Parts: sequence; C-alpha cells; structure tokens
Amino acid sequence: MEFTFTDEQLMIAETAKAFFSENATSERTRKAMAADGVDHALWDSFCTELGLAGIGLPEAAGGAGLGMVEFAIIAEAAGAQVSALPLLGLATVAQAIAAGGSDAQQAEHLPNLISGATIAAFAEGQGLSHAAGKVSGTAQFVPHGAVAGLFLLAQGDAAWLVKADAPGLAVKAHVTMDQTRPFATLHLDGVTAEPLANPVAAIAAARAGGWIALSAEALGGAQAALDRTVAYAKERVQFGRAIGSFQAYKHRLADMMVEIEQARSAVYWAACAADEGSDEAALALHAAKSFAADTYFKCAADMIQLHGGIGFTWEHDAHLFFKRARAIQSMLGNGAWHREEVAKMILGEAA
Amino acid sequence: MKLGFSAADEDFRRECADWLNGQMAGEFKDIKGITTLTEKAERRKEWEQQLAAHKWSCIGWPEAWGGRNATLAQQVIFAEEYARAGVPGRVNHIGIELAGPTLLAFGTEEQQKRFLPGIAAGQTIFCQGFSEPNAGSDLASVRTKARLEGGEWVVNGQKIWTSLAHISDWIFVVTRSEEGSKGPKGLTFLMMEIDQPGIEIRPIKQINGDAEFNETFFTDARCPADSLIGAVGDGWRVAMGLLAFERGVSTLGQQMGFRNELDEVIAAAKANGAANDPLIRQRIAKAEIGLRLMRYGALRMLSQTDHSKIDGAALTYKIQWASWRRSLGELAMDVLGQAGEVADRDHYEWDVLPNLFLYSRADTIYGGTNQIQRNLIAERGLGMPREPRGDV
Repeated sequence: MEFTFTDEQLMIAETAKAFFSENATSERTRKAMAADGVDHALWDSFCTELGLAGIGLPEAAGGAGLGMVEFAIIAEAAGAQVSALPLLGLATVAQAIAAGGSDAQQAEHLPNLISGATIAAFAEGQGLSHAAGKVSGTAQFVPHGAVAGLFLLAQGDAAWLVKADAPGLAVKAHVTMDQTRPFATLHLDGVTAEPLANPVAAIAAARAGGWIALSAEALGGAQAALDRTVAYAKERVQFGRAIGSFQAYKHRLADMMVEIEQARSAVYWAACAADEGSDEAALALHAAKSFAADTYFKCAADMIQLHGGIGFTWEHDAHLFFKRARAIQSMLGNGAWHREEVAKMILGEAA
Repeated sequence: MKLGFSAADEDFRRECADWLNGQMAGEFKDIKGITTLTEKAERRKEWEQQLAAHKWSCIGWPEAWGGRNATLAQQVIFAEEYARAGVPGRVNHIGIELAGPTLLAFGTEEQQKRFLPGIAAGQTIFCQGFSEPNAGSDLASVRTKARLEGGEWVVNGQKIWTSLAHISDWIFVVTRSEEGSKGPKGLTFLMMEIDQPGIEIRPIKQINGDAEFNETFFTDARCPADSLIGAVGDGWRVAMGLLAFERGVSTLGQQMGFRNELDEVIAAAKANGAANDPLIRQRIAKAEIGLRLMRYGALRMLSQTDHSKIDGAALTYKIQWASWRRSLGELAMDVLGQAGEVADRDHYEWDVLPNLFLYSRADTIYGGTNQIQRNLIAERGLGMPREPRGDV
C-alpha cells in the first residue's frame, strides 16, 4: 500500500506551498482582483523561475514530465491562497493539446503555454457553427477569457484552437463575483479556427485536467478555510473562554475536517487513477469534482459564519474563499451533473 | 503514490480467496452469508477452529502464537477477501481484535502463553466489560468495584452493552480498585471467567428485535489475583491502548460488507423503479462516492508510515463510516417505500435493508458517539481547547 506521497512529491508540495504563501499574498491578489484577475508577475515567476507550469506535461513537449498527482499538489497549494492565476486554463488547454494536438500544434503552442508567454482558456460552446475553417457563434463564461491569448473551444465531438487576436473575435469582459477568475463572453463571427487533430482525446483531456485542477484547488481552499478559522477560534475570547472551546463551535470545525479528509482522498484518488489509466478514473474524476467543490463551499461558508461580523467584511479574506468556492461548484459540470454521471455508471440511464 | 497493491500481495490475495471460497463451498457452506453477530454461534465456533487449524485466524500475530507475522497489506487483503467470500463475522472478534492485541502489548509472558493460543484457536471467546449505566461516553467514571481478598479479586457492579457475553467464555473488565478514586485514576483491568455464580447475564432487546447486547451483573464475582493486565491502578492506560486497536485493518473488510449493503439498495432501486427517480439517483451516487472515499481514506491511513503525526484520515474515519451507513439505511427505506415497513414473516425480524435502517442507528453511538468523535477531532486533530469538565 503506497497511497501516500513519495519523498519527491512531498518536496514538490513543500516548494509549492512555500512559493504560494510567500508570494500569493492577499495584497497582491486584491491588486489583481481590481485589474484583470491575473497576478501577471506571479504567473511569470511560477512558469519561468519555478518551472512548475510544465508539471503533468510530457518532457518531449518541453514539459517537466511527472503526472496529475504532482499537478494536483501544485493546484492544491495555489488554491490554498486563492491565487489569481490562470492555472485552470493551463490544466485544460495544455492537457488537451498534449493529448489531442498534432505534432505541429504541440510544437507551436505547448512551449508558450509552459513558459507562461500565452495564457489559455477553455470553453464548451453551444450553438457554435463551423464552416470552411471558420467558427461563428458565442461562448459564455470563459474563465480569464479577457486576458487569454489562446482559446480551446469545444462542442460535441469537435474542438478548435482560436487565437485571441483572430479577426472576427470580440471578447467582452464581465464583472464577476469571483474577481480572481473573471468570466468573459466570446462573440465569434467567422473566426479562423484550427481543429485539434484528435478532438475526442483533446476534450477528454481538457475535462480531466480541469476537474483535477478545480478539485485540487477546492481541497486547498477548504483546508485553508479550516486552518484560518482554527487560528481565529484559539485567539478570539468571548464569555471568558476561547470560542473554540465551545462545542457548538468546535463541532462545526470537526465536521469541516471530516469533509476535507474525504475530499483529500477523492482528489488524490482521481489524480492517481488518471495517471495510472485505471478503470476507476472516470468515476473518480466525477467523485472528486463534485465532492471537493461541495466541501470547499461548506468550509468557506462556515468560515464566514464562524468568524462572525469580521468574516462578512470586504477587508477579511473569507469572501475570497467563499466566492471561489461558489464559482468552482458550477464550473465544468455542477455537482448534480457529476453525480448523475456516477448514477449512470451504477444504475444505467433513467427510464 | 499508487492505488493498488504489489504483485506479491495480489498473489497472496488469490491464496486467501481460494482457501476461503473453498471453505464456503464445502465444509462450511451452511454458514455462508450470515450477517448477524449471533446466528449459528456454535457452528461458527467450529469455523474459528478451522481458521486456526490452517493458520488463518490471526495472521498478523507472531508465528509463536499461531499467527503468520503478516504485513499490514496482507492483513488488509485477508480482511477484504474474508468479507468478499461471504464468510460470517468472527464470533471471537473481540478476542482477536481487542483482547489478543492487548495481551500482546501489555500482558506478561505467562498470560500470553495462557490466553493467546486459545484466542487464536477459537476456544476462548472474549467479550468486553467497559460501559456501565452511568459510564457511557464518560468511560472514566466507571464504578464497578474490585477488591483483593484472600488472594482473589472480588468484583461487584454492573456492565452494559456487553456484546456477545452470552456466548463468551471470558470477559475483560475495567474496575475501580482504589476506594474513593475518581476518573481515570485507581482503575484496574481484569480478565474474568464468565461461568461462575457471581456473574449474571441478561440480554437487552434492541430496536430491531434482536439481542446482541447484554447487561452483565457482578455480585462477589471472583478471579485469581494475577488476572490483571498491567499494574494495579493502571487500567485506564490498558483500556485506552485497547481502544486504539479498534481501528485499522478490519476497516477494509468491514467496507466489503458495506459494499454488499449498497449493492442491495441498488438492486432494490432497479427492481422497483426507484432508480428512475432523479433524487434517488443523486443519493445513490453520493453513497457510491462516499463508499469509494472510505476505501481510499482507509488506504491513506494504512499507507501512513510516520506514526508520530496525527493522521487526519484515521481520526475522522469512525464518524465517516458510521454516518455513511446510517444515511444508507435511510436511503434504503426511501427506495423500498412502505414495503420496507412490512416484515415478510410472522415474527418481528427484518430483511437486510430494513434491518440496516434500524441497526445503523447504533453505529453513530457505539465505539464513541458522533458527538464524542467531534470532540476528539476538534481537540486532538485541530488543537481546540477542551470542554471544561464538571465535578466527577
């Protein structure tokens, strides 16, 4: 039984944790929130100084090798600080190109994604039309869509790469509840779009990468919400006692930990199953995305409640966690959708 | 990080499965699939002996005591295959999982020689005398008294929730041996033979109509002076060490039983059309996910090599499985509808799913209630200050 981190994985976890807690400070994140939702300097040092962006991507394409377990470790650490980084775009688009792109597509795009020179975003469209190498229509809720240089658009079994500067593409940025990952709407009017060589593999890889990124981020965020609330529970005194000594309070903390420990099992089960190509991988991914997202929301919501009035203020970071958690719940399939996918595996389609 | 077991471990799994399936298809066919603790107790004592004769009784124990010195992974695998083969639970599980490890950790060599072979061979069945009517969650407030008199311990008092006492040969008892002592101090851990005039056992009927638990009354019950484990007054340390054995390898075997229960719920939902109800589908998916996460939580817990650190997966495991199973019981009744409330026989006894609904209310109580678990998680896992105590 080796369902535990190796020494190398522990080292990656320590490096990532130190990097994000030192650099992805609340102050820097808030600056990004007031601008385009990306801490560009942080993304640059993440990609170039640490070289972490290549984790989970093949070495032949300029990646660092390793797998989704290592990628999840990074995403967990990033999520713990609610860092304003386009990690989701990397996890989806780079994975898609590595799995379903032609050699030329890989050579053109992967080095720029890994170096951070290109920020990417993934969107599943509805009602996109495609003719003679051009795509028209609308793609909504594109995360970090207003800063991305490269889009992966998917619809049904088709997938295209679209460059942000392509003629006919209009990007509308939105005021978004989670300001660390603002949405944009893409309006396409006969935009040049490059089909992925193997779109089915690309879409599957984009989804799997996205689910792992989001669920690992959610795990990190949930654990951080608990840790910060635990710290507050020890220092805040009411009725002459630390509030953490009251059962009504400590039992809620315990419930958070019970959910988080399960979310941790879910995230690393899914990442490990994906790496091993296990038969369980599909079930594990649906389990991880739905469970970790719900856990994050519960913990972030409890973080506000257990901090009392201060937790409701803009100044306190609790709302960053809360808003990120809410956004993750809806992204790439909500909990009910993922659970229905699991239900289909067990029960078959509903009559 | 890896999900599975090594190739050598998988070979061992086949060896376990072959032997167990052979037994359940042959000589012990009549006990296959029994799920209650007490049904066919005499035949199951014979099964204990069969296990021992083939060295499958306590594989984690040293070879000298009838074990195989099996690795943790092998113990886990055996527990899984044991449950998968439909073998009924061990009637001596308290002897094997609690009394034996306690003797191995705290007993003298003489005590080990005296008890371990019998426990391994299914000839010495044990039950546990911890809880009392006024010492439940607050176990340290036990009042059952023990005094040394003429080279013997003389014990007076009452224990409760003693599972399997009516088919056991021995009971281990936490007693108050120091007059006037309070809380965890002044307690002594004794091993007593049950078949004596000073011990009376009365079954307690449970909400499902079954009677696995008992009240055990001690009226000048006796045991020799050397029946204690650990020192006089050191009983709390021994008892707490024993509770630590309650977790661990058996959990993955227990999960195979949960798997069977969930499969029954799924089969019932498919049979009566409940599987088409979107809300039921969501809950079945949640149950499936919860069971899988239990498995990987247990594997994380068992893969842990640094035992100096508090392991979050281990600390949260009890409340996790107990709450999961209680929810599964509720889901089972929603799947069955009113048909689940009608027994298919002429007396008050239930099929697996209605019985699960009733029985699982105990899961979140015994072995530390969910409320006590939350205290433990918050205090030990998260470092929260302890609840102020009243006068004990």
